[in-house]
Parts: sequence; structure tokens; C-alpha cells
Amino acid sequence: MQTLEPYLAEHPFLKGIETRHIQLLVGCAGNVRFDAGQYIFREGDEANEFYFIRHGKLALEIFRPHKGGIVVQTLQPGDVVGWSWLFPPHFRLFDCRAIELTRAIALDGTCLRNKCEEDYQLGYEMMRRFAHLMEEELLALRLQVLDIYGVPG
Amino acid sequence: MDENPAFKVGDQLILQGSDFSELIVRLKAAAYRVVGPMVRDGCIVFDEISGVEDLPAGFGDNQDAATYRLRQCDDMALFGYNNGPQSVKRFLYTPQREIWKARRNRKTVSIHLPDTEPVKTAFLGVRPCDLNAVLIQDRVFTRGEYLDDDYNKRRENSLIIVVNCTEAGKTCFCSSMNTGPRATAGFDLALTEILHADHHYFLLEVGSDRGLSIVAGMPCDHASDQQLRTAAESVTRAADNMGRSIDASGLKELLIRNIDNVYWDSVGHRCLTCANCTMVCPTCFCSTVEDTTDLTGNTAHRIRRWDSCFTMDFSYIHGGSVRPSAKARYRQWIIHKLASWHEQFGTSGCVGCGRCITWCPVGIDITEEARAIRQRDIRPAEVSETMEV
Amino acid sequence: MTPVPFMVKKVQRDTADTFTIVLTDVERVTGMTFAPGQFNMLYVFGAGEIPVSISGDPTSTKKLIHTVRVVGTVSRALRRLRVGDFVGVRGPFGTAWPVQKGESNDVVLVAGGIGLAPIRPALYYLLANRKKYGKITLLYGARTPSDILYRTELEQWRARFDLEVEVTVDHGDDTWWGNVGVVPTLIPRAPFDPLNTIAMTCGPEVMMRFTVMALRKRGVNTDDIYVSMERNMKCAIGLCGHCQFGGKFVCKDGPVFRYDTVAHLFNKREV
Repeated sequence: MQTLEPYLAEHPFLKGIETRHIQLLVGCAGNVRFDAGQYIFREGDEANEFYFIRHGKLALEIFRPHKGGIVVQTLQPGDVVGWSWLFPPHFRLFDCRAIELTRAIALDGTCLRNKCEEDYQLGYEMMRRFAHLMEEELLALRLQVLDIYGVPG
Repeated sequence: MDENPAFKVGDQLILQGSDFSELIVRLKAAAYRVVGPMVRDGCIVFDEISGVEDLPAGFGDNQDAATYRLRQCDDMALFGYNNGPQSVKRFLYTPQREIWKARRNRKTVSIHLPDTEPVKTAFLGVRPCDLNAVLIQDRVFTRGEYLDDDYNKRRENSLIIVVNCTEAGKTCFCSSMNTGPRATAGFDLALTEILHADHHYFLLEVGSDRGLSIVAGMPCDHASDQQLRTAAESVTRAADNMGRSIDASGLKELLIRNIDNVYWDSVGHRCLTCANCTMVCPTCFCSTVEDTTDLTGNTAHRIRRWDSCFTMDFSYIHGGSVRPSAKARYRQWIIHKLASWHEQFGTSGCVGCGRCITWCPVGIDITEEARAIRQRDIRPAEVSETMEV
Repeated sequence: MTPVPFMVKKVQRDTADTFTIVLTDVERVTGMTFAPGQFNMLYVFGAGEIPVSISGDPTSTKKLIHTVRVVGTVSRALRRLRVGDFVGVRGPFGTAWPVQKGESNDVVLVAGGIGLAPIRPALYYLLANRKKYGKITLLYGARTPSDILYRTELEQWRARFDLEVEVTVDHGDDTWWGNVGVVPTLIPRAPFDPLNTIAMTCGPEVMMRFTVMALRKRGVNTDDIYVSMERNMKCAIGLCGHCQFGGKFVCKDGPVFRYDTVAHLFNKREV
């Protein structure tokens, strides 16, 4: 069986991480694909996995009665989807739908949480990367909230 | 006494007080409209004068921050006052002017320029600071890629007779800006008025051929060394009695690096953004245009008028003003005047005439504000930290 | 400077609040030559005059094209004009996008909202001289899918193999299958070599500030980044004072500035 190690090692999210940590991650990883239109998860679901996107495009949506899902962010190759697995009670906060055929590597949250507890260095590496991701997404969100192209005045 | 005076540019002559009216007669004979100082509405203003009797003989003034009062003096000096609210700016760069009009005829529109030609004008009684203000506006309107045609024509048709200052007002600081109290260049004629108990005369310097053509044949003598000394002493006395001063060294850099200084908040709280300072400033050149149509709707006029960076409208772009706070507008004005002007025109925009101090209704003093920033100067080390983004 | 008579050839609605107006020169058959990034002062009889950047093709001068957002009296009057009506034009004014400097480099264009209009002439120029450039990328952000400008043209550009086009919206809707997120988020993944790239950006100041940050984070040099500033303009020839940005006159020293020449003012408030 072909290992997922090279795919993980080349993912931007894990850039610069030690090989031994990659190997720990591989133990929790699995290959997944989602067809266009398929929901990867829905708001309120138990959050057991997160994904490194390799191909395709995903949309994070919030469902509004009478209006359907509104896309709040789109995610592309190089992005990481899902951080609810990190924090109890581990429930999904959004709907996530594949806009087109998407291939990704899924990481088992419970598995990784246990490994992080055992190896604090791995835990730190993961936390550092997720914190940076959150910082970037928070900035983007703040700009979105500004409505900078909106009607002046 | 020189029996047969053949004058030339650069000469320093003596004009007797009793002969002063002759100067105005000659200007008129040379087809100049003569604009000079006169008393009106409780202050000294510039307007067309018909003769020496229109000049403000015997008038002086008391000036300070937010204070201006004319007063009667003991002597009958013609130019014993300090600057009033107006400078000659209003005659060269007019407060309001139609720049063109458009006529509509069915679907076609034709644009017509005004065909008025400026009249030859002699400006009598221009103070050295104001002369320098004219030279600064020359840089703005006559040196760039685009010129102001109307200003250029008015300038070409002007003759400037400076009167050097022998007394400084309380809000004057021309010494700090190197623009007075004696004019050194750029004038056609320059006068220094000397008044002793029994003797009233003028030292008259010839600054240009145009000036020379006026004084040629006038009843003047060459000045004696004693007379030159007396005139120089009078001017020095004014320099020694400047009511205000500003430390011009490194002022540009000081203001630019202090753009975020919290001190600006303090001015912002006092400033009424009334725009008085920009209206009395002899160098402020900002303008706006207004488009109006007549009642038939077939003729549209475009009017240019003085504008001020203190209005909200001034920096308006769709959605709002770029500088909504009073603090930002005052900061824009003072930094432009004392700093960015150098970048734009290679000179300070301030001539130290003190009008903005006198005519500010709440007495904001440009020299005090510059001093306050200098006292609170953020150190260069702090600058390098805040500049890094 | 007095307006030169032009005639309305076409007024075309782009979005709910934006339209493109095509003018032809009444007197000169050759029309107006201009450089990408420059602007004109457009005068509507009786209504007044506003600055509008030229949004047409600099290599085809017979038609003068501007894209206008309706925000005030004059822009509203412009939209009401019919074919054959008079528009007075003064210009072109201001500095241009550094299209020559971009030669043999990658070029990335980052536009937000109506900011795509002044960028479009640069893109026309780049495509007309395609061989001289490396990778060309256009990143465009709009408020919602219905606010996207030049939609048909964007789709044509997207279909090209020699041009990378990414469009994103701040707020998606049911019809939108494209990117959702602000335009600076597209920069980390755009295909350009940061050390050999000329970046040009135009949009609201906030958007440009964060675009510049993202470009710098990516490693683009500050003297390879160009921004297009907006200020109140009345005379367009550096005499009226309205458009001052520090010591610069946006009308003649700008609107396009090399970022490092205005960096000291870029993050200052109310300048």
C-alpha cells in the first residue's frame, strides 16, 4: 500500500515539520474523495476529522431558513478544513460542501489528539499552525465584515 | 546735491515726503491703476486709490492673537501701520472668477473663455513679507507643467512698490522666515519711510527697469551715507522688535515625523475650522469650482473661487471627507504650509506675516503650535519603530 | 484648460450602480491617446465635472471609454445621457501603470470593486504585448456576485491559457460557485515569482493596505508594488490643492504611485 507520507510532507500547512512528526500524522491519516455537491459534514455533526485539501474546491456554508446555505468561505488546494476536532465538545460549526470533485487527506481527530497528548512537541507544532491559520482567517473575516466595496456613506 | 540725476536700477534715492504725491501722479500717467492701503471698516484694506490723501496717514494698529484694533498715532506717517487682513493676493489671484461659460444649442455645446484683459496695476505699500508671498505664488502658478493664465497676465501687468517695515507688529515673525523686514529682491521700487520731528522723507530703491521708468525725472537725490544709515537702523529696529518668532531649523522634518503626535488633538479641540487663517494667508492658493446654469438652462457658468482645507467639503470623495476631524484639517494646513510646501515648490509656504494669528477667532498661533510640537518631538528612535509596518 | 467636446456613443449598464460610457471625439478623428491608469475630467453640461479613470483599451484610441459608479450628482447626470449627447473632456491626466517596467517579469493585478476599471487598460496593454511578459495574473474581488464588473469579459479572460484570473466575492449567493473571501486571501496562492513580479493594485484604501501587506508577506519588493490613490480633484493640474496626499498632488504626481514613495503616508489616518 502506498503511504500518504509524501502528500502530507508537501502540503503547505505542514511545511517545515519534522519527518518524525509526519510519520506520526500518517498513522492517523486516510485518503478521501468527495463528489461535487456532496456534504463533507454538517453543522452540529460530531467533529472527528479534519482535511488537507489536495484537489478541488470546498465551500463552508451557514444554512438560513427560506434562503438556503450561504457560502461564507471557499477553500482550495493547500487549505485545511476543520478545527472543531481540537476543542471540546467537538461539534461542527458549519456545513461543508464540495463545489467540485475534491480529493483530500483526512486526519482522525481522536487519534491525533491522543498523539499530541503523548508528544507535546507534535502538539505544539499543530497548535502553532492552527493558530496561524486562525489568525489569517480572522483577518480575512474582519475585512469581509467591513463591506469595503459597499455603498458609500 | 546731484544737479543732474541720471538714475539706474539699484540706485538708492531720497524722495521728500512733500513730493510723495508725485509718485502716484507718475504711476497714473503711465496708465497704472494704483492699488494701495486705506482705512475702511475699521481696518487697513487694499483698494484703488486716487491720490496720497487716500493713504492711512496717522494710523497705526494694535495686533495680537485674535486681536486687531486701529489707532490714531501721534505722527502722520503714511505707512505707520502693520498688515491688515488683506494682502495683494486678491488682486493677482482673485477670490472669485468666471473661468469659462458653456452655451448649449440643441445638442452641441460651445465653451467660451472670458475675454477680459487685466488692467495694468501698481501695488503701493506692499510689505516685504507680502512681496515674498507673491514670489511664492509665482512658483505655484507660473512655474509648473500647467500655468494659471489669468494669474500670469495679472503678474505681467503689475508693478510692485514695497514699503519696508520700520515697526513690527506683535504677531509678526518675518525675521524667522527670512522675508523681511526689508525687501531684498523681486520689487520694482522699495520705500523706507523716515519720519523725524521736523523731517519726513523716503529712501527709494530702484529694483527694476519698470520701476526706473517711473522714477526717471522725479525730484529725487541720491541718498547720503547718513540717510542710508538712518534707514538701515529703522529697519533693524523692526527686526529687533518682532512680536513672534519661529525656529525654522529642521522644521519640515520635525513636522513630518510628528504626523501622529498626540499633541494635534489639543489643536483639534481649539480650532473652529472657520477657515479665517486660509482666507487671510497671502500664500494659500487652494480653490474650488462651482457650476451654475442660468434660468433658461442654456448657459452654464464655471466659477473658480478660493477654497480652504478647513472645510469638510475640501477633501470630500464619495462617501465622505478624507479629513473629518478638526485636528486632521489643522494638521494638514500647518504641515502643508511649513513642510510639504518645500517638497512641492522648494520653499516654505509661510512668510511670517502673522495674519493667521491675528485673525484666528480663538487665537491659535502657528508659532506656538510649531514650538509645542518641537517640545513634544518624538525621538528618531521611536520614529524608526513606528515607521516599520 | 477648457473641456474638449466629445459625444456619447453608448451608455451600457454594468451593475446596479455602475455603467460604462463610450465617447467619441467631436473634433479629432484619431481620438485621445492615453496611458493605462490615467484619468479624465468629465463635464456634463450644467451638472459639473468629475474625475473618472479611463477604462478602455489604450491601443484603440477612437473610442474613449470610462466606467462610472453612480455616487453623486454628476455621475447620475452622466448615466442619464443619451447617444449623441455632449460630454466635455479634459485630460488625460496623471501617472500611468508601469507596464514597461513589468516587461520580462511576472505581473499581478489586484483589483477591488470599481478598482477593476482603471486596471483594465493595463491588462489590455499586457495582453496586446503578451510575449514580453512572464505570468500574468488578475485577482479581482467584488462585494457580491451581482457586483462583478465586466463579467462577460472576465469569463473570456478566464478561458485564456496565457492569463490567470481569480475572482472572489465577499458575500456569496445561491448562484455563485466561485471563491468567497476577500481579495488579499488570493495572493498567497497566485502563480507569480515574488522576486520578479510587478504588482499593481487599485481599490478601496483598506483593500489596498491589506493587499500590500499580503504582497510583502509573499516577498514582493516595495518598489515593485504600485497603488492607485483617490482624492478629491477639481482642477486635475496641480493648482487647486484639493487632492493633496502629504506633499503629493494625486492628480499630477499620481494617481499611480510606487508604493515605497507613499509608504510613510499609507497607514496614516486622515492624511
